[in-house]
Amino acid sequence: MPGSTPASLSAEAPAVPAAAAAAKKPRFSPGLEAWRRFRRHKLAVASAVILLGMILAVAFGPLVWRVPINEIDFAAKLEGPTLAHPFGTDDLGQDVLARLLYGGRISLSVGLCAMLVAAFVGVLVGALAGMSRGTVDAILMWLADLFLSLPQLPLLLLVIYLFRDALKSAFGPEGGVFIMIVIVIGGLRWMPVARLVRAQILSLREKEFVEAARALGASKMRQVVRHILPNALGPVIVAGTIDVAAAIIAESTLSFLGLGFPPDIPTWGRVLFDAKDYLDIAPHWAMFPGAAIFLAVLSINFIGDGLRDALDPRRVL
Amino acid sequence: MVEALLDIRDLKTWFATEDGLVRAVDGVDLRINRSETVGVVGESGCGKTVTARSVLKLIDMPPGRFAGGQILWQGRDLIPLQAAEMDKIRSKEIAIVFQEPMTSLNPVYTVGDQIAEVLREHEKLTRRQAIERAVEMLALVNIPNPKMRVHDYPHQFSGGMRQRVMIAMALSCRPKLLIADEPTTALDVTIQAQILELMQEMKEKFGMAIMLITHAMGVVAETCQRVVVMYAGKVVEEAPVEALFGDPRHPYTQGLIRSIPRVDRAAVHKERLEAIPGTVPSLLTPPPGCRFAQRCRFAKDVCTQAIPPLKEVSAGHFVRCVL
Repeated sequence: MPGSTPASLSAEAPAVPAAAAAAKKPRFSPGLEAWRRFRRHKLAVASAVILLGMILAVAFGPLVWRVPINEIDFAAKLEGPTLAHPFGTDDLGQDVLARLLYGGRISLSVGLCAMLVAAFVGVLVGALAGMSRGTVDAILMWLADLFLSLPQLPLLLLVIYLFRDALKSAFGPEGGVFIMIVIVIGGLRWMPVARLVRAQILSLREKEFVEAARALGASKMRQVVRHILPNALGPVIVAGTIDVAAAIIAESTLSFLGLGFPPDIPTWGRVLFDAKDYLDIAPHWAMFPGAAIFLAVLSINFIGDGLRDALDPRRVL
Repeated sequence: MVEALLDIRDLKTWFATEDGLVRAVDGVDLRINRSETVGVVGESGCGKTVTARSVLKLIDMPPGRFAGGQILWQGRDLIPLQAAEMDKIRSKEIAIVFQEPMTSLNPVYTVGDQIAEVLREHEKLTRRQAIERAVEMLALVNIPNPKMRVHDYPHQFSGGMRQRVMIAMALSCRPKLLIADEPTTALDVTIQAQILELMQEMKEKFGMAIMLITHAMGVVAETCQRVVVMYAGKVVEEAPVEALFGDPRHPYTQGLIRSIPRVDRAAVHKERLEAIPGTVPSLLTPPPGCRFAQRCRFAKDVCTQAIPPLKEVSAGHFVRCVL
């Protein structure tokens, strides 16, 4: 890294040519530094390319691949990959590629949004608990334990039965279900993040640099936001990427139970579960959505790893 | 008498622990005048650091609490102040430098950002102005090539350099009092001398007062005008530096001075270093009377009966001893 070389330590003496050279080296902003470190992480870069490709595909794919998602053609049912249907067809002769491109929008955005909700709630609760020792901490952690011990599936079902119709009428059938699923999945996955953040804060708040910040007049809020949370970011990012995967899978489960999106919206999970009865005669039908989920989850995890390393300035790569 | 910059009167900082009440600071009086360097010395656990942190109200409460006394900053008591008002005094009026330079800087920000943060918070500078000031401060504390180094992260600095950065950070808002809590303990001897010299230089430049907490008597002799010796949460002797070293009155101070390692004697005469026998008494159940009595070679019956008062033996020289 420029500046960390012994040459720059003595750079005050301009007579030393090495020092002069070091002084001329362009400085990178922290953002550029992080990008430089991220690029060193080959797997993360490849994953970023894959994920970006998938996002572009689901965003613009339906505009390019103009086969309708619900055109029923029994003559071409359960066909393997052909030129007309690159990913084959399902039991109604519908084009799997078109369905995956369309459904991917929902699967990916549900995963990302649910992760954001879980991470936000988790960081908030964890930070609050970690900073306020005593009663507040005890109550919040007790709440987290309570949520952790609740059986998730029955709770999901209950929430959905209670609120689905109200949300549907407020935001339309698709928007309503989307919001509900994001909130339900996010709301049930904040606990690990909260416990992680709390544990990090408990150890970080005793660090000398936090005390130094306090001694220099930083308010409590500032100590947390500026000094503690950035140091706790690594584990949160990793937990967040795992949450994306979990959310995509949870959405699949709900769709399978007929409680998620309506059956005419082919989210990846939905397609996968539709295909499961035909695994022996039409394996391609299940393989493509499975591969899509697998690739998305895996690449998000690797990106998380890469981000964690890139955002930690102590790592000199 | 002129108004003191900092006047601690009968300060009591106690901690509630599971074993009982620890009277870490138990009735300390300490005055610091403008542009004066006051040394606070004593063994580990005698209440030096707690006193310093009490001044900035950095004690976690609970378990700690102020059981009495006043901390007068330019005549205004700091103890009843709200957190927001205290934040304004920290670093703008009183700044502190800690013992551990390796961990006192936030590892995820560049040193420039950290100095700039203080300036932006307290002096409402823009980011650009603050970074410029940070570069000036780094140059002031003799960091080579400050324009480049300002963008480096703490792990790219050595221990002595980080302590310089900490001092730059503490001084960036021109405080009137710098509390240095064992600023050189974690550094090697040559760096220690440089840091002390730097602090002296800064003191002359800005005209601030310094409260230097240390257990190195040599450091005190070199830098301080007045010395306060603490023992088990109480001040046992206070004197101008010449008087303290020339005519130490309290047996504890005498012991401290005798236990300064002398390289020449150890090497040539094979003398063993003299140590004060015993350890600091438990602050949970302090003995009645003089707290040093058990370890004192001159102890009499009267010593264990009541705490001797602080008496003035010569101008500005106070001793808490019956002798």
